[in-house]
Amino acid sequence: MSLQQISFTDKKDTRSGFGAGIYEAGKANPNVVALCADLVGSLKLEKFIEDFPDRFVQTGVAEANMIGIAAGLTIGGKIPVATTFANFGTGRVYDQIRQSVAYSGKNVKICCSHAGLTLGEDGATHQILEDIGLMKMLPGMTVVVPCDYNQTRLATKAIIERNGPTYLRFGRPVWPIFTQPEDAAFEIGKAQFLSEGSDVTIIACGHLVWHAVLAGQELEKRGISVELINMHTIKPLDTEAILRSVKKTQCVVTAEEHQMNGGLGESVAGVLAQHHLAPLEMVAVHDTFGESGTPAELLEKYGLMPKDIIAAVEKVLERK
Amino acid sequence: MQIEELKKVAAQVRRDIVRMVHKSKSGHPGGALGCTEFFTALYFEIMKIDTNFKMDGIGEDLFFLSNGHISPVFYSVLARRGYFDVKELSTFRHINSRLQGHPTTHEGLPGIRVASGSLGQGMSVAIGASLSKKLNKDDRFVFCLTGDGELQEGQNWEAIMFAAAKKVDNLIVTVDWNHCQIDGTTEQVLDLGDLKGKFKAFGWEVLEMNGNVMDDVIFTLTEAQLKAKKGKPVVILMRTEMGFGVDYMMGTHKWHGNAPNDEQLEKALAQLPVTLGDY
Repeated sequence: MSLQQISFTDKKDTRSGFGAGIYEAGKANPNVVALCADLVGSLKLEKFIEDFPDRFVQTGVAEANMIGIAAGLTIGGKIPVATTFANFGTGRVYDQIRQSVAYSGKNVKICCSHAGLTLGEDGATHQILEDIGLMKMLPGMTVVVPCDYNQTRLATKAIIERNGPTYLRFGRPVWPIFTQPEDAAFEIGKAQFLSEGSDVTIIACGHLVWHAVLAGQELEKRGISVELINMHTIKPLDTEAILRSVKKTQCVVTAEEHQMNGGLGESVAGVLAQHHLAPLEMVAVHDTFGESGTPAELLEKYGLMPKDIIAAVEKVLERK
Repeated sequence: MQIEELKKVAAQVRRDIVRMVHKSKSGHPGGALGCTEFFTALYFEIMKIDTNFKMDGIGEDLFFLSNGHISPVFYSVLARRGYFDVKELSTFRHINSRLQGHPTTHEGLPGIRVASGSLGQGMSVAIGASLSKKLNKDDRFVFCLTGDGELQEGQNWEAIMFAAAKKVDNLIVTVDWNHCQIDGTTEQVLDLGDLKGKFKAFGWEVLEMNGNVMDDVIFTLTEAQLKAKKGKPVVILMRTEMGFGVDYMMGTHKWHGNAPNDEQLEKALAQLPVTLGDY
């Protein structure tokens, strides 16, 4: 399995993958109820609302109330899918999620778009880079960060079928599609190996998986054997997959569109520190807020490009 | 149940509350005592319920407590009604208990449908349960109790706006209007202003009652059900006295979150007759 075989077929936004996924889930299961806080177009809910108007709850710009309503809807067997931008669906309503959803053990799906820097021009007020950390700390919360349109569609359907409170994180920009539309191997909680290699393990999530593919392709050309893991489920973390890979490569680079504090890299660091010490480099945002700009400009400025992953690999190989 | 029978239950519930809070040396007796008639009426007369607890409560009336700190009255009434053994009341606030300081589903206590304690969230949850009932074509009601100080939390007003705008008319909210909160009277801390006018302006059907008069509580809760399902959510502004039934706990906000000592317990119990037997 070489990274050279991976190429993208098309480009679409991951949020459209969510829109397609929730529509299919809603068609298959009459208990699926969508909620949105005044961002229907951004969340790609139009088709769901058109076909299932009775199963859509428009809460207006009132995210706290939306989370509470979602918790209540589960009583009576509904599967509520609460949607908004990632900043407003996590940080803004953290206590509501903590008490009414997580501690209460409610089967609520919190599905959020516009996560990370790549929402772009709206700037740091909207660019949440702390949401993975916030959500993964809540006991019992599943956290899923799919990498492209196809995987977001599959992940949406999978989390709805699976019982338990869940956070699904996706984004705004069009992004290369490089996974299969009906990937039978996709499973919540199971890491996806995009390549097998022996020199370095790269573990990425979300948009940064594609950058890791590009980085890996370049590294392979230089004769470095890369094992690339798409860690679409941050929690529960596939610890076994990480250890299996690192015991072979003895070093790891993580890549994510999130703060280093609280992110995927930190989860991986915990696994390494507890079970198998190995050098780790983290490609992430380092304790700073974002700003306005195009997604490409922001990824460049904040060090989340393929070249940054390559530099991290070079550094981690030196530390081996 | 006859009014006299309901009053006997309420008297025993008051003893339970004081004894529970005394034993754990912590808890919130004031609001719990003030809401005793309300809980007794709801669970022993008004609501259609199944004490063989099922979370989904299909075909049942549901109740959500938003001001979770008055948990002693909730636990006592649930136990006295048969959701669980009254002996378990002695574990309130102790380690390994299902009777947590604030109610939770986490320990699997029958009768609890959501955690509450961090204020302002219960009404939203009750709205969600009301919508779920409508989707399931389940014609039973959803009841919710909030504190008055709790209405200072902004989320309530999101919920109040939503319930009226979306015609959540199978919802009956009661506000424990005792004018007391931790730091003083609601007027001193942050005046709620014209509460009745506010609910009316938001588009709710507004009723008022004296929450410490059993006949009035039964009458008004029945009236609320008749006013419901006509396009508007219903709110009952329930005037209560914090600490009602124990003289030294009345007329002050001091007993919001304080436990009586041994001497104070005896003084309280002397005013509260044993009617159903202590747990």
